[in-house]
Amino acid sequence: MSAATSAGTAATAAPVKEFNLSRPGVAPETALRELNLWLHRDANSGGIRQVRVLNPDGAHSIAAGVDASLRIDVEGHAGYYVAGMNQHATVTVHGNAGTGAAENMMSGLVRIKGFASNSAGASAHGGVLVIEGDASLRCGISLKGGDIVVGGSAGSFTAFMAQAGRIVICGDAGEALGDSLYEAVIYVRGKVASLGADARFEEMTPADLAAVRELLAIAGFDHDPSTFRKVASARGLYHWNADASQEY
Amino acid sequence: MSTPTSMTTSMPALAPLSTEESASFDRATIDYIQRASATGLYEIRGLGAKRRLPHFDDLLLLGASLSRYPLEGYREKCSTKTVLGTRYATKPVVLDTPITIAGMSFGALSANVKEALGRAASAVGTSTTTGDGGMTNEERNASKTLVYQCLPSRYGFNPDDVRRADAIEIVIGQGAKPGGGGMLLGQKVNPRVAKMRTLPAGVDQRSASRHPDWTGPDDLAIKIRELREITDWEKPIYVKVGATRVPHDVKLAVHSGADVVVVDGMQGGTAATQLTFIEHVGIPTLAAVRQAADALEELNMTGKVQLIVSGGIRSGADVAKALALGADAVSIGQGVLFSLGCNSSTYMQKGQHIDATADYAALGTKPGFCHHCHTGRCPVGVTTQDAVLEQRLEVEVGARRVKNYLKTLTMELTTLARACGKQDVHHMEREDLVGLTVEAAAMAGVPLAGTEWIPGRAV
Repeated sequence: MSAATSAGTAATAAPVKEFNLSRPGVAPETALRELNLWLHRDANSGGIRQVRVLNPDGAHSIAAGVDASLRIDVEGHAGYYVAGMNQHATVTVHGNAGTGAAENMMSGLVRIKGFASNSAGASAHGGVLVIEGDASLRCGISLKGGDIVVGGSAGSFTAFMAQAGRIVICGDAGEALGDSLYEAVIYVRGKVASLGADARFEEMTPADLAAVRELLAIAGFDHDPSTFRKVASARGLYHWNADASQEY
Repeated sequence: MSTPTSMTTSMPALAPLSTEESASFDRATIDYIQRASATGLYEIRGLGAKRRLPHFDDLLLLGASLSRYPLEGYREKCSTKTVLGTRYATKPVVLDTPITIAGMSFGALSANVKEALGRAASAVGTSTTTGDGGMTNEERNASKTLVYQCLPSRYGFNPDDVRRADAIEIVIGQGAKPGGGGMLLGQKVNPRVAKMRTLPAGVDQRSASRHPDWTGPDDLAIKIRELREITDWEKPIYVKVGATRVPHDVKLAVHSGADVVVVDGMQGGTAATQLTFIEHVGIPTLAAVRQAADALEELNMTGKVQLIVSGGIRSGADVAKALALGADAVSIGQGVLFSLGCNSSTYMQKGQHIDATADYAALGTKPGFCHHCHTGRCPVGVTTQDAVLEQRLEVEVGARRVKNYLKTLTMELTTLARACGKQDVHHMEREDLVGLTVEAAAMAGVPLAGTEWIPGRAV
């Protein structure tokens, strides 16, 4: 099956495959199905190492469930759950992303060139999510080991109940940052509107500075790691505590 | 009457003043107040609502007679085949019985128990379900048909397990605690459980009550489509709700694109939840079934979207009544635990019964009353993560007992269906039922026995 051919797009060099999600006479969901089916069934079998998704027009679930070492470029805005549950792929959205970008990612690298809506990187177990613009509410909620770098600012309830992994915020953070954190840590460069329940500022250690340096390098942002502050769990809610009854 | 010879007895006899118990502040209530005062913390326990509720016992089946024609109980076939997920999934779940095993987590239950359940389910041709702790290999390998839950916590949730599941169940809530998240106390968060859930070992784990990446039914529709994309539209997607505003929730689940709706009544069990939640939130399963079935009917979705009902299903009669009210299948959690030996005075080791009453006593309870799943100190090795206690449930023994239980229920179900003249258990219908109490008749929308009166319905 060659979606590129049927789409009538210009043939490119062999290693690149193109999927046009907005073609006359083809329902958008059918075009999406062609893309995802190819990514699930055929991405590991041929010599193609790069996929371009043309005219995404905010479609949901673009490149969801990929398990392939592949470069995927989404040439425009993506809807909900772009690169959801990603494994191994390097996905770049050349635009904004809707709710749940790279949700439950296991590995790989997802880069949003624009802004990301709610719950970016939710429950990600691994990999790196880079958001070059701002992130909306609940970025990194329930994070389970993935890393997130936000180039701009992050909205309220960032890292809510995050269990493991690291979040770097180069701009400001909204209300209730790190509410009910477990072992995930947050590094924030700008202002923090407020900390959430059981979150606290901690001293930056050399290991923290190295972590921020590493993640900034991956993301391609040029900031001084020493300008970041660390937020982590005070671990006061790890066990039942009658005196903390209204805190949780 | 204590004074039969009295000439002036018109008042009922009162208990002596010195031992008169208050109805409002009885001993249990006083104990509750004093416990709250001592600890400053609500009580947490396992299993489901213990209060008396209108239930399937309050309905009766009308067997065939002159006006209906029965099937021969031991000769004529009565199909129990059940297909779930026919709306969108290209690979629906096909079962040999409508009685399935409900979601219970590895963490709440030991790996041995999960394996035993998988083996039993496979032996009788039904499905088992993961829980709020991810999928274990023991469970996957033992289960022919495994339903993988997608919960608010997303503990251990990963695409490899999504792909090796036979169906996905998005859990919005459960009957024991609609509106509440999961709970697993530290003593059950052993290193393996902690690793699967990405939590520090020993932490008192309180799961989220809302999903992290969607809010509301319109988002859920997009979430379901994502899961369909990831699974290439092969696997059925179930949506499970705790029974509260059932008509709305069922309709919204259908709107969101569910293949199957699971409605869990308030008798549904839990491994650990606040007592106040268990006893005071949600509606009885009996009431929920009828409302759910009516909601599907109103949407013209009967037979297109399947309905699974759970929460206090115990016997083949319960199953028959649930099916007659409109369920396509049922799910059993607590019944399966009791089948494994929960609340039994003994456990089996190498063919011998070993007395466990002292261990119940150490928990402050005794067989028949135990609801101490939350402690992880299960005397019979069912709801524990303790390396010693979990050995008390031998996989072979557990698998055999649960297989027997599910077989018995299926046989009871077909017996009742044949008596009602049905060659397929799914042909059971409301007309086969009457209510024994006004409450049950009103909830089920069937006539009170001996009358043509359906309480609460316009004549």
